[in-house]
Amino acid sequence: MSVSRDLERYAGLFASRTKVMKSSAMRDLMAVTARPEVISLAGGLPDTSTFPPDTFAAVAQRIAAESCARALQYGPTEGLDETKACIAAVMGAEGMRADPEDVVVTTGGQQVIDLVTKTLIDPGDVVIAEGPTYPGAVPVFSTYQANVVQVDMDADGMRVDLLEETLDRLERDGRRPKFVYTVPSFQNPAGVTMSLPRRRRLVEVAHERELLVLEDNPYGLLRYEGDPPPPLYALDGGVYVMYLGTFSKILSPGIRLGWVVAPPPVIEKINLGKQATDLCTSTLSQLMVQAYFERGRWRDYVDSLTAVYRTRRDTMLDSLADHFPRQAEWTRPAGGLFIWATLPDFIDTTDLLARALRDNVAFVPGEAAFLDGRGRSSMRLNFSGCDEDSIREGIRRIAEVVTEQVELYGTLTGEHRSPAATARTEPPSPGAEVLRMPTPAERERRAEES
Amino acid sequence: MSRVAVLKGGRSLERQVSLRSGARVEDALKRLDHEVVPIDVALDLIRRLREAEPDVAFIAMHGRDGEDGTVQELLEILGIPYTGSGVLACVRAMDKVLAKHLMVEEGIPTPEFFAFNETAFRELGAAEALPAIEERLEFPIVVKPSSQGSALGIKFARRPADVPAALVSAFSYDSRVLLERHVDGRDLAVSILDGEALPVVEAVPRDEEFYDFEARYEIGRTDFVCPAELPAGVTEQAQELALRTYRLLGCSAFARVDLMLDAGGELTVLEANPIPGLTETSLLPQAAEAAGISFDELVGRILELALTRAPA
Repeated sequence: MSVSRDLERYAGLFASRTKVMKSSAMRDLMAVTARPEVISLAGGLPDTSTFPPDTFAAVAQRIAAESCARALQYGPTEGLDETKACIAAVMGAEGMRADPEDVVVTTGGQQVIDLVTKTLIDPGDVVIAEGPTYPGAVPVFSTYQANVVQVDMDADGMRVDLLEETLDRLERDGRRPKFVYTVPSFQNPAGVTMSLPRRRRLVEVAHERELLVLEDNPYGLLRYEGDPPPPLYALDGGVYVMYLGTFSKILSPGIRLGWVVAPPPVIEKINLGKQATDLCTSTLSQLMVQAYFERGRWRDYVDSLTAVYRTRRDTMLDSLADHFPRQAEWTRPAGGLFIWATLPDFIDTTDLLARALRDNVAFVPGEAAFLDGRGRSSMRLNFSGCDEDSIREGIRRIAEVVTEQVELYGTLTGEHRSPAATARTEPPSPGAEVLRMPTPAERERRAEES
Repeated sequence: MSRVAVLKGGRSLERQVSLRSGARVEDALKRLDHEVVPIDVALDLIRRLREAEPDVAFIAMHGRDGEDGTVQELLEILGIPYTGSGVLACVRAMDKVLAKHLMVEEGIPTPEFFAFNETAFRELGAAEALPAIEERLEFPIVVKPSSQGSALGIKFARRPADVPAALVSAFSYDSRVLLERHVDGRDLAVSILDGEALPVVEAVPRDEEFYDFEARYEIGRTDFVCPAELPAGVTEQAQELALRTYRLLGCSAFARVDLMLDAGGELTVLEANPIPGLTETSLLPQAAEAAGISFDELVGRILELALTRAPA
């Protein structure tokens, strides 16, 4: 309708890709979570108040004294050699070695997702992601008009058997996925970690099918218990696995510094893409990281963060066990920042968020982690950004509204005094890394019912 | 020229939209040479209003606090003239149940409905009446909170098993909800400016199954047609119904009335919004533009109406 186009100012000017850039009701709800009286378990924020200001001052002073002009100048697109040396140290700490030539320093890890998608995806191409997947990746994939196929997870991470089934199905339909996007360790949002056998199998599958994998590993060093399985990158040797690293969770998200490692032909394209996007990553940030790493204490800071977050995770797990109704389930992450809780399927967590906001508490509704409308009864809870009192109080408030809705549903369906309303009494099974994630069959049923 | 306090944001779930409405209004007021005092409504509202000593307040808030008469009540106490409808009209319009009861009494067609407080289910066993309601309204049934300004919390129940979860969702927003007969048809909006109906806007969702909260404000997800291409006489009928609703509720200056046109050509009024959106994609500015009234003119007239209605 030409009339409508005239009325809708600018609408005729927008690229077709903006039409799939969804801003959700959730984003509007999230605008309310920013108010100071709200306890937000919604963010993905590291606690930057733990960083010593003296160190910051010393680092800044040193740059001012020694490399002021350079810090204020453009740098090479692929990043400074000094930064790459720091990256080598971080990757070394997780048992990886990468050729500096295969590394591009980026403006945060988010830019890696953007650049890799920009490099590999034509509109309609298939990207495989976990279900649920990192909510921040969703708008990137949408912007490039990728067709995202999500593979279910359980306590051991992505179901690689289901991945293979999915790949077979796609192949039969004549569609070849370009890459698999995965957060294998302490997944955002699910909190689960991919087991070693699955990691091995995933790398094999990548080789067998000549399929690229983007391993997003922001939290690998934030482990609170147990031994780390090797990263996919270490298992694969950098043939089909592209690696995304970041300083955001081990140092600061404010410096916007991440990196990507990819096979030479791919990294070349990524480098060109980056040049078009922003020429280079902030030289100032890179020199600050270099100066910081030269002090030789970066591992100590990571250890201090680990201690803080471990306590907060335990506080949140205890609060969940104390307050959440027994029909609720949640994961028990061995690291990272998030717990994924799944409620009875009659609860829509986006609506629940609106109710919870009246009690000044917020979380991320599960639908943010899916592109297909699933996840409506789940929520992502962050335990790194709040102190323990806030975590306890936040979980107590969420539990209260959940219990209220469970009771109301019982009343509406005639199940008076639903046993669901009473708090969980038995402790989670010891030793299990996670409480149960819903099985695919249950998920399907939920999807059908909703 | 006047000093105008633009009230926006606040605690409402439509905060984001309100901030956008407020920003556009501020731009227009500046172009009209007014002095603008933007206020994101929070705990310090009264203090900031007293400090600013505005000649008039432009209320660019949607939903809770802004559209339900709360802010209007405060401005009455402070003796500050404000834009749009007064307290009573806001109270009536924001409460969909009250508004619909008034419409029924006045003979304005509105989809058949039943409304309940949460306590009716918790304390009076109202759930046992659900089958009778379902039989009367027929599926699909629309379940919605009584006072949510946007489409948040509105669910379609397609079968009896959907109803309890839909009610739980709606009760997330309000302690009172309605179960309403679903009208399948065309989605129309008639904006009123100073007692006159503007051209009808039709909202045509692109590929959504339901014209949802997101589509309502998102460029590129809904086509708006204005003036709507309607069968002979329907435009006038829709405008007449909208005006009757506007008067019935006691609205002043401006409002937007949402209607449905079903396959049989019947019009029904869904609700009235005392402070409709004033963003890039909002329907009132579009309708005004179709009537040859620019956005600046629209804002100027709304402001003028507030000043001429100033309390004694």
